[in-house]
Amino acid sequence: MSIFIDKGTKLVVQGITGRDGSFHAKQMVEYGTQVVAGVTPGKGGQHFEGTVPIFDTVHDAVQATGANTSVIYVPPMFAADAIMEAAAAGVQLIVCITEGVPVLDMTRVYPFVKESGARLIGPNCPGLITPGASKVGIIPGRICAPGPVGVVSRSGTLTYEVVNALTKAGIGQSTCVGIGGDPINGTNFIDCLAAFEKDPATTAVAMMGEIGGTDEQEAADFVKRHMTKPVVGFIAGQTAPPGRRMGHAGAIISGSAGTAAEKIEAFKAAGMGVAQRPVDFVELIRARLG
Amino acid sequence: MNLHEYQAKELLRAAGVPIPPGEVATTPEQAEAIAARYGSAVMVKAQVHAGGRGKAGGVKFCPTPAVAREKAQAILGMTIKELTVEKVLVTVAADIGSEAYVGIIVDRASKKPVFMVSAAGGIDIEEVAASTPEKILYLPVDTRYGLLPFQAMRMGFFLYKDVKLARQAAKIMQQLYAAFMSAGCSLAEINPLVMTPQGDLIAVDGKMVIDDNELDRRPEIAALRDESSEAPSEVDARNSSLTFIKLDGNVGCVVNGAGLAMATMDLVKYYGGEPANFLDIGGSSNPEKVVNALRIITADPNVKCILFNIFGGITRTDDVANGIVTATKANPLKVPIVIRLTGTNEEIAVKILQENGFSASNDMDAAVQRAVALATGGAA
Repeated sequence: MSIFIDKGTKLVVQGITGRDGSFHAKQMVEYGTQVVAGVTPGKGGQHFEGTVPIFDTVHDAVQATGANTSVIYVPPMFAADAIMEAAAAGVQLIVCITEGVPVLDMTRVYPFVKESGARLIGPNCPGLITPGASKVGIIPGRICAPGPVGVVSRSGTLTYEVVNALTKAGIGQSTCVGIGGDPINGTNFIDCLAAFEKDPATTAVAMMGEIGGTDEQEAADFVKRHMTKPVVGFIAGQTAPPGRRMGHAGAIISGSAGTAAEKIEAFKAAGMGVAQRPVDFVELIRARLG
Repeated sequence: MNLHEYQAKELLRAAGVPIPPGEVATTPEQAEAIAARYGSAVMVKAQVHAGGRGKAGGVKFCPTPAVAREKAQAILGMTIKELTVEKVLVTVAADIGSEAYVGIIVDRASKKPVFMVSAAGGIDIEEVAASTPEKILYLPVDTRYGLLPFQAMRMGFFLYKDVKLARQAAKIMQQLYAAFMSAGCSLAEINPLVMTPQGDLIAVDGKMVIDDNELDRRPEIAALRDESSEAPSEVDARNSSLTFIKLDGNVGCVVNGAGLAMATMDLVKYYGGEPANFLDIGGSSNPEKVVNALRIITADPNVKCILFNIFGGITRTDDVANGIVTATKANPLKVPIVIRLTGTNEEIAVKILQENGFSASNDMDAAVQRAVALATGGAA
């Protein structure tokens, strides 16, 4: 078991003939993901790598192949439309890798996707992976191993750092989800924590947050009230100066809302383990796996 | 991207918001001439990207052109929060009856732009929010429908009992919202929105922050960027597609990914050092980016040691290694370098580095500790 994706995931890649889309489509096929279709307007009827059929629209791709999940690698100015196209076509899980999507676009996309009943992960995220079963996005497959730890993070490479450390220590993962660093994203920590709580294959959760906003505080409150499984947290940006955007648009401290200290306090108050350094996850998680 | 007050006011004026006449001056003589032309009392206001300009002495009331000249002389060249004032806005001084606050900010929680309005204007809205939250009305807007007339009227009546004033205010809300959307803002505010003794509403100060992700499709807004008001290293980084923020420490950091970059800075601090910067070389690497990153970091005289921390996913570590070799051949380093890389093409990267006399580790903690030790030793 796992959350959001598994062996039954049938993936359509939006932007499959682009530079990033084609590179990662190949990687996903190699990992074993069922990549059933690609979409590039004007290239319908062709095949990607001679095998994956390409369609002009997501609607056509879903009708022809029964794709239930989409991954998006289109340029930022087209990402909002691509997400809504997937939602309108009936795709259930939409993963948007694209970085640099204007936040005002997301204010229209978010309610549109919500009303369609689909789940959006991202934008500006590395996607997700259920080790040994399916990978949707760009998380390197070889640093993961199947196992009992759910991983959820706002970051990309920081996630890799922690997952790699866990795998090297012999601790595998049920599913790793990168929810993205933008101020408005489709799936938040609580969505993932709730899914991990329900997932029989997950026995502990590692969560990597950042400065900015109050998502981590709300997640801590959720852990306290609704979770029976142990959660270990980390906050990046303890040394960040106030008022500056640190790469991720979401990673900005304004006033007192969203400092690392506040978030770490919230973790402690919820009885969570707190990793001071990324490498600390290994021992904190090991101690909680029993 | 922050806009100056005069730039924000131009955009608001274009959207129809009533704003007192004003012009920018870069010399005391210009300030005097502008004031003389208006033939009324003016305000002379420092144009820098910093809050608290008034408290710092950067905003002055000038009853005559001669005083405008004198105050402009004092303000031009002064430093507010480490920023030098290069320009002042000379604007007709308003008669103030009452002051209100009107702002829009993109709110993460509701995932919508949210209006904040308060009759307690003219001061820091964060203070109002903290001490008297009941004095603020929050109103989220669904951008699919825009600001609806009844919503704008509700805010108008929240500020003014009189229906004529409420209607005037509602119109200004619509104009502010239009400016916010068309410029691609993450924040726009009018503070204060002044009611004159004659019963007219005018925007006396305006602020706009643009979402950087909007700039590609809004070249006319991107052109408003004032590079003279930013640190030169940050301008250089942006032009090289790097995200860079200068800090006060001495360990120069080059990292791929924003989260890992922040975690690396934190780890530098954890081991007793101080990071000199935040620098994210981004996802897809090419050697050129590494060359630019090294140029920017080594330009900072405070840097005593350079730390690379690369986790190769999309980023190929051999690209990074080639970048380090190229950059250091062209400009030999004057400070020690510690390289940590792991992931995609790690073996090739390590070989490239070793052949060129560099050593590399794949352990983040060990690399950070070593960098901190070198930086501290070098400073002593």
